[in-house]
Amino acid sequence: MTPYLPGESPVHRCPPGAKILALVAVGTALFALPRLDLALAALAATGLLYGLAGITARLALAQLRPLAWILVVLVLVQLALDGWLSAMLVAARLAALVLLAGLVTLTTRSADLIEALQNGLAWLKPLGVNPAKVGLAIALTLRFIPVLAAITAEVREAQRARGLERSLVALTVPVVVRMLKMSDDIAAAIDARSYDPDQAGG
Amino acid sequence: MIEIRHVGHAFGERTVLRDLSLDLTERRIAVVGGNGSGKSTFARLLNGLLVPTRGTVRVDGLDTRRDGRAVRRKVGFVFQNPDNQIVLPVVAEDLAFGLKNLGLPKDEIARRTDEALRRYGLHDVADHPAHLLSGGQKQLLAIAGVLAMAPDVIVFDEPTTLLDLRNKRRIAQAIDGLAQRAIVVSHDLDLLEAFDRVLVFEDGRVVIDDKPAVALPAYVAMMS
Repeated sequence: MTPYLPGESPVHRCPPGAKILALVAVGTALFALPRLDLALAALAATGLLYGLAGITARLALAQLRPLAWILVVLVLVQLALDGWLSAMLVAARLAALVLLAGLVTLTTRSADLIEALQNGLAWLKPLGVNPAKVGLAIALTLRFIPVLAAITAEVREAQRARGLERSLVALTVPVVVRMLKMSDDIAAAIDARSYDPDQAGG
Repeated sequence: MIEIRHVGHAFGERTVLRDLSLDLTERRIAVVGGNGSGKSTFARLLNGLLVPTRGTVRVDGLDTRRDGRAVRRKVGFVFQNPDNQIVLPVVAEDLAFGLKNLGLPKDEIARRTDEALRRYGLHDVADHPAHLLSGGQKQLLAIAGVLAMAPDVIVFDEPTTLLDLRNKRRIAQAIDGLAQRAIVVSHDLDLLEAFDRVLVFEDGRVVIDDKPAVALPAYVAMMS
């Protein structure tokens, strides 16, 4: 996950709510209308938007790296089952969607993104959904993905030093225990900073 | 003033604090003690993160049991591990988190955030992801996040434990420069030498309550 990249481009200045809606609309359209020409057009348009945002091709491609293997497997399966046109459609559609989602996070501050989501979810309040809690949950997810990765790397190193590098249990149990302990502290830290879900945002 | 009256605390069967009665009024108060002596639990009672199982803690007349939220506005808390305290993914956003919770207007949030970023040398990394900061910068961000909320007192729970010497000095300077009253739980005795009062904990009780010149050597002797 690549964090926000400060900038003053029109893509950066576009309201976060509009970016999220555009992402949802393009995603829906790509799956509702499974056409290769549309998927390629979306991919090309996304490329242009990256250019407009002043983001390098290298950073754009980095958005696809975590999905590279999944993409390869999907393309091979489609190639075997349905032919090359279907494989190209799957690849172009998924790449366009991932790149577009990456563009949203690269050009939008997470606080603005969360605020927009909270505002967008306000209509769910009568159904008992608290948009502020949803917003905080998303913020915490964004914040703690790298922390979880760092903890996993630390535990893996410690277990390797003890000759346990192939044991999944030896890796997951300490990671889960540390995350649970950490979650208590994080809850206390949120409390200590006067968070009140009934008054916060949205 | 923080008034502690006949406070005891237990986690299930395990008693960690026993019948404490103290008035905390000094500008700089240090809390020391061995592992498991009850000092971190004591620190968490001071801003209502924990409520005592017996007795009362009052901050300027507000009872932590009944008025927890109001107490937390008066008493800020800096945790040992800043990674557990930084809530939002970007430096400036995390700093503004507490200010938004106070319901301040946007321009006031921006002003206070900018001021705190400059004060702690974090202005250049305002838009950086918090997880990429150094340990010292993370602890400074944690302090700045609490300080921006303008509490009357800040409680620090072992703020230098995870830091190297350079960063320990930076945090010591930051604490020294605070206008607010500070209550610091620490094993770092150098940090506490210039404090006004030292409380030494052992087995859930305050066994020494004196000036650093008296309390710190006594604590060292106790630990030897």
